[in-house]
Amino acid sequence: MSLVTKFAARDPGPAARMAGFVAHLRDNGLRLGVGETGIALDALTHINAANPHDTRRALKSIFTGCAEEAAQFDGLFNSFWMNGGRVKSRVTPTSKPSESQYVHSSREASAEADPNSGAGDISAPDGGDGEAQSDGEGKLVATDVANLFKKDLRDVVRPDDIEAAEKIALRLGAALRDRRSRRRKAARKGDQIHFRKVMRQCLATGGEPFALPKRHRPDRTLRVTAICDVSGSMTIYSRIFLAFLAGLMRADPRADAYLFHTRLVRITEALRDKDALRALARLSLLADGFAGGSKIGDSLNTFAATYGRRFVDSRTVVMVLSDGYDTASPDGIADALIRLKKRGCKIIWLNPLKGWDGYEPTARAMAGALPHLDLFRAANTLEDLAALGPELTQL
Amino acid sequence: MTWTSLQTAMADQGYIASGDLAMALHLSLSLGRPLLLEGAAGVGKTEVARVLAAVEDTQLIRLQCYEGLDSAQAIYEWNYQRQLLAIRAASEDGETGKSVEARIFSDEFLLERPLLKAIRQYKAPVLLIDEIDRADEEFEAYLLEILSEFQITIPEMGTILATTRPIVILTANGTRDLSDALRRRCLYAHVPYPDHQTELAILVTRYPDIADRLCTQIVGFVQALRKQELEKKPGIAEMLDFSAALMGLGVADLTDDPATLQATLTTLLKTQMDRDAIPTEIAQRLAGKAA
Repeated sequence: MSLVTKFAARDPGPAARMAGFVAHLRDNGLRLGVGETGIALDALTHINAANPHDTRRALKSIFTGCAEEAAQFDGLFNSFWMNGGRVKSRVTPTSKPSESQYVHSSREASAEADPNSGAGDISAPDGGDGEAQSDGEGKLVATDVANLFKKDLRDVVRPDDIEAAEKIALRLGAALRDRRSRRRKAARKGDQIHFRKVMRQCLATGGEPFALPKRHRPDRTLRVTAICDVSGSMTIYSRIFLAFLAGLMRADPRADAYLFHTRLVRITEALRDKDALRALARLSLLADGFAGGSKIGDSLNTFAATYGRRFVDSRTVVMVLSDGYDTASPDGIADALIRLKKRGCKIIWLNPLKGWDGYEPTARAMAGALPHLDLFRAANTLEDLAALGPELTQL
Repeated sequence: MTWTSLQTAMADQGYIASGDLAMALHLSLSLGRPLLLEGAAGVGKTEVARVLAAVEDTQLIRLQCYEGLDSAQAIYEWNYQRQLLAIRAASEDGETGKSVEARIFSDEFLLERPLLKAIRQYKAPVLLIDEIDRADEEFEAYLLEILSEFQITIPEMGTILATTRPIVILTANGTRDLSDALRRRCLYAHVPYPDHQTELAILVTRYPDIADRLCTQIVGFVQALRKQELEKKPGIAEMLDFSAALMGLGVADLTDDPATLQATLTTLLKTQMDRDAIPTEIAQRLAGKAA
């Protein structure tokens, strides 16, 4: 029995079959027009169309437009033309793949994720107002901690958290990006005429201005470098912060992320993985010692001495996400912050505890750090992070 | 010419093309449509155009795209200085305005840039538009117009029709996403890193006198290296440099001298982080496996 699909006897001919194939491809997410069908029929006259391998290659080069489609094509080709000799009377659409991150489209993803599905909504355990709620949520905290000891972050952070965080990170990124230099520089498409350059070019043309060089105020965007504490005291907030970091990495290609407990780990590359879940899996491998003690001073010092030298400059915002409870001596924190400050960066400290009523930065570490911070805010939910936007604009 | 004969002709020029690539090139030639090649840096996308020009025995015109590329650099520009001189000279000679104008906006004062040059050749050249994803989006739109109409309008001279249709090859390696319109207008081929067999063939084609043992080792080593987590995976050019370095140093076996192997890794690993990621032990383990 031949592998090649047997078409029904009433099938009108090759052109119709090709149209059927294009419909099959469209059903599977390839965006093709009538033009491609025409080209494909034309192409078949230039090759040995009886050879299925030749035809497959030819149609592949015509119907695909990016690497992912090319990878998908062979399977689609087989399912239509080589279905094992079964009679094919009409196109049967196969399962539709989810909108991949490679397909850039302004269309919204069709189905909104059900907010009530899965493991609860993302908010800090003290998200509720009533006293009565605190007991119930205490249990939730306990299960979270148990998960963390297994060190699989995929249980802690869900992809839709990351999606939500990504939106917030995009907005924050925009708040930081939208700033201009005070001075003007020569530019191809500027808003002003660059008169000095005009004069200079006139020399070459005997005093006649031919071209009009322009100048503009270049963008001086700020870069976010986030350092997240994942020590034991921070476990219940890790979910929000890690989702935020993952979102930030995906939204802003220049952002940088680290996490620390007793040592500092750079997680930028891991988080930038296109597959959000795989990113978290990679992160789990890196985050050995998760939910243990924390050495904030040491970790910040390491950061200032190593990565800080490479990645921190006057156009950087260093964002520290920590509660300031240090198991080592807290004196190091102020020193580290001073060292970082010398590089000209802005330092923001987001403390989840600050959201509590009547909180005073009494942890010695926090008290020492305060004078060196440009901004000290509470953040224990994604909404808090989102609300940071206006303040970042003013930095 | 069938696609297999094209593949053979390219192999004669020293380029081992995969079946998919050869078919895409063949269709691009026979249908007269531009071909978009995508793939990581260093897999031989640019080389395709050079070899195709050699196979077709025609000229290669290359347009290297970069951020801020504009029509003056890509299509044409008037030679302002010469025009000005001509105007000055004309006023001395008492030439009238009309005739001066006709003269200074003629071919003589036109500086051809790659796109204009490509459509005015007697024999269809290969037009390579390299790294199209580096150019701005508005340039991409302009390019689309030229690729579909094959005509360029110069306001002072009128519309210039293509004397021949160039064979257009575009390359991209994902600096930004290309527009759907451009992708639709082109045939597409993804150029992956070569598999073991293909890479062996490439190495033997380029260095026919390389010892069999070293050849298998090099290819096995580079293939294994690509599976490591590196910032920048070594491409084919790097692999060839590596082979040349080893042959030049007279190395017969990769596992012989760890220090030499480590030193020659400069040809494969181009960032400090990648160098740190492959210390001597790992390099030796990979080389041992490749043998």
